[in-house]
Amino acid sequence: MGNVAEATPGQELQIAQRAGWRSLLAQTEIDPRLFGMVAALGIILVGFHVISGGTFLRPANMVTLGIQASGIAVIATGMVLVIVSRNIDLSVGSLVGIVAMVYAELMANWLTALGIGVDFPFRWAIALAIGIGVGAAFGALQGFIIAYVGVPSFVVTLGGLLSIRGLVWYLSEGAAVTGLDPTFELFGGGGSGSIGGTLTWGVGIVGSLAIVGLLFQNRRRRRQFGFPVRPLWAEVVLGAAACAAILGISAFMNQSFFAQRIADQINAQTGAPAGTPVSAGFPYPVMILVVVTLVVTWLATRRRFGRYVYAYGGNPDAASLAGINTRMTILKTYVIMGVLCAISAAIAVGRLNVATLDIGQSYELYVIAAAVVGGTSFAGGIGTIPGAVLGAFVMQSLAYGLAYIGIDSPGQNVAAGIVLILAVALDAWTRRRGTRTTR
Amino acid sequence: MTTTAETGSPTGGVSSGPIVEMRNIRVSFGGVHAVDDVSIDLRPGEVVGLVGGNGAGKSTLMKVLSGAQRPDSGEIRINGEPVAIMNPRDAKKYGIETIYQTLALADNLDAPGNLFLGREMTTAVGQINDSAMEDQTRKVMGRLNPNFKAFKKPVVSLSGGQRQAVAIARAIYFNARILIMDEPTAALGPGETAQVRNLIKQLKNEGIAIFLVSHDIHDVFDLSERISVMYHGRIVDTVNKNDVTTDEILGMIILGKAPGKLTEKDIADIKG
Repeated sequence: MGNVAEATPGQELQIAQRAGWRSLLAQTEIDPRLFGMVAALGIILVGFHVISGGTFLRPANMVTLGIQASGIAVIATGMVLVIVSRNIDLSVGSLVGIVAMVYAELMANWLTALGIGVDFPFRWAIALAIGIGVGAAFGALQGFIIAYVGVPSFVVTLGGLLSIRGLVWYLSEGAAVTGLDPTFELFGGGGSGSIGGTLTWGVGIVGSLAIVGLLFQNRRRRRQFGFPVRPLWAEVVLGAAACAAILGISAFMNQSFFAQRIADQINAQTGAPAGTPVSAGFPYPVMILVVVTLVVTWLATRRRFGRYVYAYGGNPDAASLAGINTRMTILKTYVIMGVLCAISAAIAVGRLNVATLDIGQSYELYVIAAAVVGGTSFAGGIGTIPGAVLGAFVMQSLAYGLAYIGIDSPGQNVAAGIVLILAVALDAWTRRRGTRTTR
Repeated sequence: MTTTAETGSPTGGVSSGPIVEMRNIRVSFGGVHAVDDVSIDLRPGEVVGLVGGNGAGKSTLMKVLSGAQRPDSGEIRINGEPVAIMNPRDAKKYGIETIYQTLALADNLDAPGNLFLGREMTTAVGQINDSAMEDQTRKVMGRLNPNFKAFKKPVVSLSGGQRQAVAIARAIYFNARILIMDEPTAALGPGETAQVRNLIKQLKNEGIAIFLVSHDIHDVFDLSERISVMYHGRIVDTVNKNDVTTDEILGMIILGKAPGKLTEKDIADIKG
């Protein structure tokens, strides 16, 4: 495999002909694990489609599934950083709970009391900013105790899980809080909470161009330095597959439509006759997830911070001997978790349109499961952000699919638990065979 | 051809003042004196071998110099100036690089990631510049180990010699003036050991000052100008290599006695 990676352009064809499918895959430099996850997700979706007699893979179902998975996946991206650096965060569910309650209290009571009335411009954004600040502050506090005081993260965040959930009760005086800004409800993806057909195509096209551009730029840079590059066919296959996937998903999502009541409001603006269906496209929570995934992946792979997270996970001694401020690195991972919990809380509270006392309950389990199914190793140093997002979708597809074909909630939990263990067992097996890549 | 070139006197010259002086260094762990009032120095272009049994305090002493261990008391001077080395970053600032016995590599990162760990090259906007780092890694590895090709693989999948090469490359890439090598050949085969020995000679000729920590008396005799022997946290003696025999050094390591104080019986015991 080593010499395949080093192939000069002249050797490409010869090697490609000699190689089996496994080394063909290696030449595209796709993480085989990520490839496996996409395949598993596909099998699950198609499997439920067949079992349900061909009704499961409808755009409307996929919208619901996407919204449900987004709330978990957003936090899972940060959980990767936490687990990679040999820690854990059990407090995410309670953090979602407290920030959700802060959002609701702000919009229902506090902001008005401060003279920021319901018609104040960008009122929703003020609430969002404060909520994110609250999340970051809780994250920083826990991160400080873990990194600088030296209390194990399991203990600190277990304490956080209990005490922060208690604070939610005090904050709301034991009652659910309603009265959100209409704009805030868009975060939940319900009603008019989708970006619409035109923008969905725009996202698909911009995404495709970005992928082609990145592939091209990467190849040019490697050529400049005289490094070996992927064979050209692999670049083309990779680019074409990615573009087809993005545009295909965009087209598919545009087959979901706004409720006719909302569609007619849009029709009234565009001059189309009432009753014309209007494509809804991607729901806002899914778009939020896309942005979060890109940003956290960028942090993890293109910034020093991310490099230090992985280095610490791989060998904490090596990281400190290299002069890395390991404590600050750990603290930052928890600040990021706080911010991501606040974003997830916006999705949750927007979707329910009310902050209940138990909002976010047991998120920690689903988030950790998503990260682990997505290939994050508790041994530290190994895990990818796109993997965790896929992991969240795998777990959510399973739960949603089982519910769809009429399996009750206990049955869903049994299946989820078994899949979690199987995924990690498969991981251990492939790693023993040495076919794993780290990132 | 002139004969003066043949003498191989290192650039910088051993006659100049010490580049490193460690004076009266003490480190204790819960009442145990790991390093007990040790003074040692090192001149440019010189290799000082630091030998001693397990737990003699060699590694702890070197950790003080590399910033991995704070001393309880004592003074470090670089080029005659007293300096405070509180952490590894400080040490690197003074041109002190260390190759640890454990290599201190992040197993999950690739060779460029490890070589530049903590000192990543970045683009104008602060993004990690992997291509530039790979380019530099290819250049420096080309010098150390021309067969090295695995630039994109996590170092956990490399051989012992390749991992060692990455650790050495990291130490010499940043223009070290002072190099600490802790058991540099312990995990290597004969061919790779010879490579490392040649490298040490080459670095010495470039004027780099080297502390060589080793169990291997032959390595130390072959490569060092002076040899310091530690025993139970103290320096037994620092001797010129040409003034002692390997037996005398062994006597110092095992019995903690300076050469003049060895008895005939001691020497007989060592030889078994």
